[in-house]
Amino acid sequence: MNLRNMQTGQSGIIASIKIGGSLGLRIREMGLVPGTEITVTGRAPLYDPVKLRLHGQTLTLRNSEADHIEVETDPAEGKY
Amino acid sequence: MAEAVHIALAGNPNAGKTTLFNYLTGARQHVGNYPGVTVEKKEGISHHKGQDFRVVDLPGTYSLTAYSVEELVARDYLVNEQPDVVVNIVDASNLERNLYLSCQFLELGVPLVIALNMIDVAEKRGIRIDTEKLSQLTGVPILPIVARNGKGVEELLKTVQTLRNAPPPPRTLIRYGADIDEALRELVPSIKEHKLLAGIYPPSWTALKILENDEQIVAKVMLENMVVGQQLIDRSESLARHLQDTIEAYPETVIADHRYGFIRSILRQGEVTRMSDQDRLYASDQIDKVVTNRVAGPLLMAAVLLGLYSFTFNWSGFMVDWMSLLFEMLGNLTEAILPDGPIKSMIISGVIDGVGGVLGFVPIIMFMFFGIAVLEDSGYLARVAFMMDRIFHFFGLHGSSVMPFIISGGIAGGCAVPGVLAARTLRSPKERMATLLTVPFMNCGAKLPVLTLIIAAFFPAHQAKYMFLATLVTWLVALMAAKFLRMTLLRGESTPFVMELPPYRMPTAKGLLIHTWERTWQYIKKAGTVILGISILLWAMMTYPGLPADEVAEFEAMRQQAVAVSAEEEALLRIDGLQAEAGLRHSLAGHIGMALEPVTHFAGFDWRTNIALVGGFAAKEVIVSTLGTAYSLGEVDPKKTTSLKDRLANDRHWNPIAALAFLFFIMFYSPCFVTVIAIAKEAGSWKWAFFSMGFNTLFAFSMAVGIFQLGSLLGVG
Repeated sequence: MNLRNMQTGQSGIIASIKIGGSLGLRIREMGLVPGTEITVTGRAPLYDPVKLRLHGQTLTLRNSEADHIEVETDPAEGKY
Repeated sequence: MAEAVHIALAGNPNAGKTTLFNYLTGARQHVGNYPGVTVEKKEGISHHKGQDFRVVDLPGTYSLTAYSVEELVARDYLVNEQPDVVVNIVDASNLERNLYLSCQFLELGVPLVIALNMIDVAEKRGIRIDTEKLSQLTGVPILPIVARNGKGVEELLKTVQTLRNAPPPPRTLIRYGADIDEALRELVPSIKEHKLLAGIYPPSWTALKILENDEQIVAKVMLENMVVGQQLIDRSESLARHLQDTIEAYPETVIADHRYGFIRSILRQGEVTRMSDQDRLYASDQIDKVVTNRVAGPLLMAAVLLGLYSFTFNWSGFMVDWMSLLFEMLGNLTEAILPDGPIKSMIISGVIDGVGGVLGFVPIIMFMFFGIAVLEDSGYLARVAFMMDRIFHFFGLHGSSVMPFIISGGIAGGCAVPGVLAARTLRSPKERMATLLTVPFMNCGAKLPVLTLIIAAFFPAHQAKYMFLATLVTWLVALMAAKFLRMTLLRGESTPFVMELPPYRMPTAKGLLIHTWERTWQYIKKAGTVILGISILLWAMMTYPGLPADEVAEFEAMRQQAVAVSAEEEALLRIDGLQAEAGLRHSLAGHIGMALEPVTHFAGFDWRTNIALVGGFAAKEVIVSTLGTAYSLGEVDPKKTTSLKDRLANDRHWNPIAALAFLFFIMFYSPCFVTVIAIAKEAGSWKWAFFSMGFNTLFAFSMAVGIFQLGSLLGVG
């Protein structure tokens, strides 16, 4: 599933990140790497950017950035 | 005493690096810029058991790539200045991401100590870290500390001294996978053989950077040996094609993924356990349910921004008043002591008013920096950026741009000087530039008296509505101008919004005060001398060459006649006003004003308006007082403009259309020179400051001409 389509409260493990260059590196520098478990914890008032939890930190990404990230997902849960 | 130990502090943002820096150096800090860039360089001295430590606080970075100026600055500092030891502050509760930067220090081969910070917070959350095990696995000393209260710092400094006096142990070698490793095995011998960038970077690091397509390093290699450089690049491109064909990946991302693989393997062996990993962010999450809520979030943000605005301008009001009173007293004293003449006039209007102009901004700037530091250090500013990004990103800006706009007059009555300085919270150079070039469009407090005067004179029935429209128009124009700039001169990709929302933290009083003072002092020191010079220049332009002797004689004769006839005070004041008007017309500014008339009459301006606008470059308030002089009303207090209002309303050159054109010009033309200097300082070049003057004035003039010509054509007013 593409990260953009995940629902608030939904968790998953990053399967792949198909972008190189500065954005690809920036995404990884922030800890978003294949194999990392993430949870969508919220969206901005205008539904862009999205807020993610991964161990030890909360990150934000624009939808246009989330588009490059594929996630193996669990069913949506009411964690948040 | 032994020579000072040179320490470079490095780490991720929010890992506690600056807290440690403040703890070590206290007030003994020096702030400047790194050469050639506008990234702050903070340096200080620490004493410990008879040993001096020279501590440099590098910019906070997540890595050492060449994609941002901060990262380049941090990297180049390590290579060029070769500190004795790099102390890498790592957030103990977010090891994986923080150690990514540590990997890059390992690759670069610098003497390294890792300070595991906030170890107390981590332990409370059930995270146990075997620092000795991690140290063995990485080959780097790792020490737990709590920068906030200094726990563990003494041991850290002892380790720094030990490391400085002993050669660093062999580096742990990271593996990047078969394809990358094979390419490295081909590149490294060639780099060694041809001594490319020898003595500066380790050959393996140079090879890695070429494979990552690092622009700075590739350029340096090509400059040194174009033939061999091209061969290395060809091999790198061959690798890129291979990776794309086999696993649809890029070399730089494969390398990054393998750095994380290395980190994960050592963390598994370091017996890190997470019994309740979520708890660290639990409180922040609960707060964010309200703070970033779809409905409550924007409302709360509006309240916070209004609070920051009130704090900046209202709470600093008493200090601004003190400054005004002080300089007024100084002016009065000079008035009483010195004989009449040009020296007195220059000292009062040029020097004292000029210095007052600099110092008059200081209270506002101090309060603004303090307020922003609270929002930034607490973590709330990141939430503002998160909520505002959708809108601001559309205009080529960043969510954080909202702060400079508000400060500059997004709520009418701000000030562009602190607004421009506030733009430094923006990380991307292009977004920061677009922000600081457009915030001067906001209606600052100095524009308000002019707007009020004109609206009261020509649109008296709808004053509140027009003032509101003025604010709305400036927002629209500023945002559209930002988009225009980002599509033309400042074209380029937006900064990725992959950004941390830090956990909420109580800012430290020490950090806030140091932040506030260092930023304010930079403004005073760097802006002061230039502003004083320009202030004197503007005074001279509006004073010289002065009235010819025969005209002075004429006015004197008029006075004699007035005294002989009735000795009315009012008549004498009228003659004084006429003389001041004539003097202004004969000044250099007056000549400029008259010379511009052939152009400006298309916008409905005459020489009086032109002179006022030239004077308005000094400070927008001057427009009112200069108009008063130009209309022979003598001294006009900007706050008591009834007579000037009536005079303008009855003048045949003015009508509602001319007034509207004038209003638009006032709102958008060149920023005042204090703002221009702030822009030059923040942009790092005068080119952009002059561009701001030219672009804004041309834009404002085009609008004014359009309004005046169209309005006149339609026969309105």
